[in-house]
Amino acid sequence: MEYTLLILLLPFFSFLVLGICGKWLSHKTAGLIGTCVLGVVAILSYATAYEYFTMPRMVDGAFETLTPYNFTWLPFFNENLHFDMGIMLDPISVMMLIVISTVSLMVHIYSFGYMHGERGFQRYYAYLSLFTMSMLGLVVATNIFQMYMFWELVGVSSYLLIGFYYQSPAAIAASKKAFIVTRFADMFFLIGILIYGYYCGSFGFDFDAAGFAAGGFMLPTALTLMFVGGAGKSAMFPLHIWLPDAMEGPTPVSALIHAATMVVAGVFQVARLFPLWIEYAPNTLSIVAWVGAFTAFYAAAVACAQSDIKRVLAFSTISQIAFMMVALGVCTEITTGHEHHGSLGYMASMFHLFTHAMFKALLFLGAGCIIHAVHSNEMSAMGGLRKYMPITHITFLIACLAISGIPPFSGFFSKDEILTACFAYSPFMGWIMTAIAAMTAFYMFRLYYGIFWGTENKELHAHHTPHEAPLTMTIPLIFLALVTCVAGFIPFGHFVSADTMAYDIHLDWGVAGTSIVIAVVAIALATYIYKGERQPVAEAVAEKLQNLHRWAYKRFYMDEVYQYVTHRIIFAHISKPIAWFDRHVVDGFFNFLAWGSNALAYQIRGLQSGAVQKYAYVFFIGILVLLAILVAAI
Amino acid sequence: MDYSQFLYMSEELSLLAVIVIIFLADLFLCGKDEKGIACTTEGGECPACGCNFRTVFPVVLMLIHTVLNLLPCCGECCMGTAAFGGMYVHTPMMTIVKSVLNIGVIVVFLMASQWLNRPENRIKMGEFHSVVLFTLLGMYFMISSGHFIMFFIGLELASIPMTALVAYDKKQYESAEAGAKFILLALFSSALLLYGISLIYGVTGTLYLDEIGARLDVNLLSVLGLVLFISGMGFKISLVPFHLWTADTYQGAPTVVTGYLSVISKGSAAFVLMTVLMKVFGSAAFEGLWSVGFFWIIIVSITIANLFAIRQKNLKRFMAFSAISQAGYLILGIMGGTAQGMTSLVFYLFVYMAANLGAFAVLNVVEQNSGKIGMDDYDGLYQTNPKLAFLMTLCLFSLAGIPPFAGFFSKFFVFMAAFNAGYHLLVFIALVNTVISLYYYLLIVKAMYIKQSETPIPTFKSDCGTRAALTICIIGVVLLGIASVVYNYIDCFSYGLI
Repeated sequence: MEYTLLILLLPFFSFLVLGICGKWLSHKTAGLIGTCVLGVVAILSYATAYEYFTMPRMVDGAFETLTPYNFTWLPFFNENLHFDMGIMLDPISVMMLIVISTVSLMVHIYSFGYMHGERGFQRYYAYLSLFTMSMLGLVVATNIFQMYMFWELVGVSSYLLIGFYYQSPAAIAASKKAFIVTRFADMFFLIGILIYGYYCGSFGFDFDAAGFAAGGFMLPTALTLMFVGGAGKSAMFPLHIWLPDAMEGPTPVSALIHAATMVVAGVFQVARLFPLWIEYAPNTLSIVAWVGAFTAFYAAAVACAQSDIKRVLAFSTISQIAFMMVALGVCTEITTGHEHHGSLGYMASMFHLFTHAMFKALLFLGAGCIIHAVHSNEMSAMGGLRKYMPITHITFLIACLAISGIPPFSGFFSKDEILTACFAYSPFMGWIMTAIAAMTAFYMFRLYYGIFWGTENKELHAHHTPHEAPLTMTIPLIFLALVTCVAGFIPFGHFVSADTMAYDIHLDWGVAGTSIVIAVVAIALATYIYKGERQPVAEAVAEKLQNLHRWAYKRFYMDEVYQYVTHRIIFAHISKPIAWFDRHVVDGFFNFLAWGSNALAYQIRGLQSGAVQKYAYVFFIGILVLLAILVAAI
Repeated sequence: MDYSQFLYMSEELSLLAVIVIIFLADLFLCGKDEKGIACTTEGGECPACGCNFRTVFPVVLMLIHTVLNLLPCCGECCMGTAAFGGMYVHTPMMTIVKSVLNIGVIVVFLMASQWLNRPENRIKMGEFHSVVLFTLLGMYFMISSGHFIMFFIGLELASIPMTALVAYDKKQYESAEAGAKFILLALFSSALLLYGISLIYGVTGTLYLDEIGARLDVNLLSVLGLVLFISGMGFKISLVPFHLWTADTYQGAPTVVTGYLSVISKGSAAFVLMTVLMKVFGSAAFEGLWSVGFFWIIIVSITIANLFAIRQKNLKRFMAFSAISQAGYLILGIMGGTAQGMTSLVFYLFVYMAANLGAFAVLNVVEQNSGKIGMDDYDGLYQTNPKLAFLMTLCLFSLAGIPPFAGFFSKFFVFMAAFNAGYHLLVFIALVNTVISLYYYLLIVKAMYIKQSETPIPTFKSDCGTRAALTICIIGVVLLGIASVVYNYIDCFSYGLI
């Protein structure tokens, strides 16, 4: 499958062309180049997926891992240790190819309408291409180091796109915050990689068991450090603080990067290293589960009180990604099969990643249409929009039902698998996650009613009637909505499972029934509270639980905690003394060194006198000194 | 005598053919104008920049020569061959080094075209090309020599015509002075080198490199021979303390020639130093000795050159000291004498050639168009000639070793080779010096981008030759490091001590 190389190269060339020649291209041409290239990439990805999954399985029933390309990029003069670059195809990377290229293509098309007439349109498309290339490179990486390189490239393109409106101070602050927080986490990732490479003598994903025996307890440490990096990218508590702010970027970017693809890189990383986790660090895996569970709860609680629609979606993203993390964390074995519940989580996590990417992109793109129509992110500016925007309304509703876990939409199937896996791990975990699923249904319908029902903001609409978005924006919505309707019926276990064996998903009706009932109750509650023109119940509750509401609205003051910790503690008590030391002692030393070398250079300038006899003399002295040194060394 | 042995020397013979063709062509191509003095050109001139057939012709010939002899196959034919009873040896690695030198010469020819087309230089244009190629031929023989006399003849062929090049602007006082200094010191070092060779002959009774290696053992005479050999090569590579000619000669010589001296002459000598050390002084006892010697030479070279470079105001002098310090890094590859070290050395040479010739191409074109060469003259270059300033920055970044440019990778490999050979302290000192070098390279960048000037260098359009030369160099600077195939390719030919 040599053509897979094109999947990486095409977006890269599109990035180069748009980035270098962008200023000579019209908006339309630039957009068309980007979109057409992505179209080809999507077709190639589908072809790859088709070819890969129809390939005969190996004798033992597992999918073969293909590496069409792999070459040594940087040798270290050591047989095992070298940085490779290549393409590796296995079920999860092929699945990710489909997710990334589909969502990216949709976002490319959508941006035609959304970014119409914006300054820097070409730049926008160039960055999108860069991002797509990096993300695709991340998922097909053959080794952890290549993954890390593309991981950083993804971070850079995310930074560039969040700060796309570089004249808005909020966007700049958000892009910096995102970059710094994720870089901070990536530092741990890098340390983890180095430990891993040092003890195992390899960076590859073809986990060679002999190397790990020597690794001993360092391997769990390395995996945990890598997980910290993944937690940063995937916005796990307490490293989640960048994601809500990242919503300052253009909405299609939020859909692509901060909902569907980049933020699941952490999940993907854990899934990629899953054989190692299970084999060598099963106890540490429970850390992943509990971090995920807490994050899911925290983000769901915050989402219930937000008023900015993109913030609600951002927290819901954090919560859903945490679901995926939990699903991976509750795994206890790698063998799949009906009697092996311990490996169900892996498949569930990947399945949820797939379905979530589609419906969350749909939600964000829908939110983009709404923002496009009312020119505000605040729920107070909305309400009653269902009359004006029928397509957006229906597709948004489908996505809300999917994320709430109502059959037959895709979210129900994947979330149900996650809950089953959690119950198999421990009933306590199962009930927690079920409760969070209920909260999800509640806040999503709070959002839905707040936008499309409720009180219409008449004065705002008086001089500017909201209208349905143009066709370029609604087509992606319709497409993604269709995917959301049917994706649940994909026999996902046949394609992706922990040990790549075929596996039939079967619904556990006990869990499924519970979760449906709870979701319906939560939706009914949201309907009761938020559907009406006026919302006495909501106000009364907010009044009564004033503190709780304020805390949730302020995201439990996590940003303030960070501010306090960084400014009051780290900056004031650690950085300042260090800065003093740096300015006086370190700088002083270097100033002295500079002064010294300058003075020395001045002193020895006589050596370069220009008199050729003297040159010969120095030459001769040099020989004598060298001779003395060598003779002394005999 | 078996004349088929000449086939082994196909590279030298092909270069000789190029020289003869250029030599003869110069006679016939160079017409006289009415007064019978100046050399006019037959054939058309490029309307954009005035480069003409006479400047393009040698480039084309060299290209053909390079392509014909380029790149040995990677695989079973990696074994070396010897001809003429061992006087001449040939290995694929040598072909690679010669190809690198060829590319360097092509770049030098390209960037020289505007300078050669000046009225005062037109008449002696042919001399430039043929003399450069003669020195190149000398380097070829030096590289492929299997015998000390052959080596010495190659060395002399590479350095005596070099004097003519350095003094090419003979009517200018500085150029003549540079030539005089160069020839005096070259003779001095050659004499000492020859003395060293004679001592080695006295100890072993042979001058064949392979045989000496087997017979030589450590005693005072042979160590003196080693020291004199190192000093002679140190002169060519301009290592401290044999470097003092460098600054004056570089400053006085025409800029193009300075570029040639700083890269090609130096690079070939460094490679030969390594191969001869391996063959002649390859035994463990000797390796321990010259390692100690080079340990100090490298430290002193890099440090002193950096100290001097900081204070330079003339950019050609500045580049001279930068070249000395780069030579120190280059020699790091020799430490340990491993195959990996040899790969790193050749790779470093290749990358250094791209970056340094790129920088010299910019210096040259600026000098040709404005006559300025001082650091202060470059203030505000970005305002008037943004592209040149940008290309210069890329080259300087590569020289300083900033990723992702090739210079980072070449330094990395050299450090890695020395580190694996066990010279941890040396690598540390070299690293510290890299930081110092970053400071002075950035001085130029600062001048070009940040400083303002009342009288900046005016905007000008560079000629096609310089453009082509810069294109080649920039491709090298950007791609050589990232495209790992280059390094891996070189690596499959290097042999090292084992």
